[in-house]
Amino acid sequence: MPWDRDQMAARAAEELEDGMYVNLGIGIPTLVANYVGDKDITLQSENGMLGMGPFPFEGEEDPDLINAGKQTITELSRTAYFDSAMSFGMIRGGKIAAAILGAMEVAENGDLANWMIPGKLVKGMGGAMDLVAGVKRVIVVMDHQNKAGESKVLKECTLPLTGKGVVDRIITNLGVLDVVEGGLRIVECADGVTEDELRAATQATIV
Amino acid sequence: MNKIYGSAAEALEGVLSDGMLIAAGGFGLCGIPELLLQAIKDNGAKDLTFASNNAGVDDFGIGILLQSRQVKKMISSYVGENAEFMRQYLSGELELEFNPQGTLAERMRAGGAGIPGFYTKTGVGTQIAEGKEVKQFGGEDYILEEGIFADLSIVKAWKADDTGNLVFRKTARNFNPPAAMCGKVCIVEVEEIVPRGSLDPDHIHLPGIYVHRIIQGEHEKRIEKVTTRQREEA
Repeated sequence: MPWDRDQMAARAAEELEDGMYVNLGIGIPTLVANYVGDKDITLQSENGMLGMGPFPFEGEEDPDLINAGKQTITELSRTAYFDSAMSFGMIRGGKIAAAILGAMEVAENGDLANWMIPGKLVKGMGGAMDLVAGVKRVIVVMDHQNKAGESKVLKECTLPLTGKGVVDRIITNLGVLDVVEGGLRIVECADGVTEDELRAATQATIV
Repeated sequence: MNKIYGSAAEALEGVLSDGMLIAAGGFGLCGIPELLLQAIKDNGAKDLTFASNNAGVDDFGIGILLQSRQVKKMISSYVGENAEFMRQYLSGELELEFNPQGTLAERMRAGGAGIPGFYTKTGVGTQIAEGKEVKQFGGEDYILEEGIFADLSIVKAWKADDTGNLVFRKTARNFNPPAAMCGKVCIVEVEEIVPRGSLDPDHIHLPGIYVHRIIQGEHEKRIEKVTTRQREEA
């Protein structure tokens, strides 16, 4: 059985270490916060906050307090607020230890595409290009294949790039892969997935 | 010198004109200068270019100026919440320049700090880098991005004193300080104007040197995505 969304999020949470400042993207990456356990992790929201708390209880929403996905959230005792220029200053300046992001395609050289499909509605890159360029370690969490069953882990990205050579590790429903010299290296397979199955589902070079 | 004006319309008098580049604060619908945007709609100024992270929703924020066809161009990082925006863009009525969010914030900050250009790693090797100067520092590629020098800044703060010293609230700060800094004239709308001396000088987020006109008013402060969690059973 491949991993489900929660199992992928739980596996991604294993990447986080005590004391880290981390930025989580929208979708499965957001679920990672549910699996950090006792680790002392500070979540950054790029609209200007460190120390992001959980969603508020009904009736306690504050219009002045949202995350980068525009959802209402809460603050913690450690929270700090700042403006967008400082927020991306800490991102571009390499102060954020890790970013966990979704993706449309990842290539064996670490290229990442997750912001636009030519000919389709383009919403914008938001902060994704800044994050992948500036954050120390970029971890992608996504399904291994698209709905048509085609690999999203490619020799080369076909979609416009978000960043060039920026991805360090890929966590999919089938397993974990690292971007290394010459291609991707299998770190582990999901429970019940064989290495052969993982290779067969991957277009990229596995070394 | 008096910086306090009676209404958003009065504050725009003599500074708003057709074809301007306006820097606007806000992230999504959080911390947007909603009263000034409404007043710009009522004023009717057209062919405006907005440097603003987002474009509002169809009936709130910059969206109301899209409906009235007053916007010629947007410089934004994400515009996904606005159907009318997409319609005008796809039909060629509206120009759009995508900027990575941090690049947009830094372009505003730089403009306000008198820095006409800066190099950044963001966007290297992507469409964003096309046509831009590439320079190597320490063996790595960086692209040249230009500071934004706006004709007018419109921002929202929580409190101002009568000299224009500003305090923002929580994540409603976002793009407001950099947007305020980069305009020739900056108009701020606040929830409360307080007497000078009542804000702690050590707790001012943006000093009044950046602020030329101030208005106070009631804000709707619409929430884009109300998201809550279940209360645990007692």
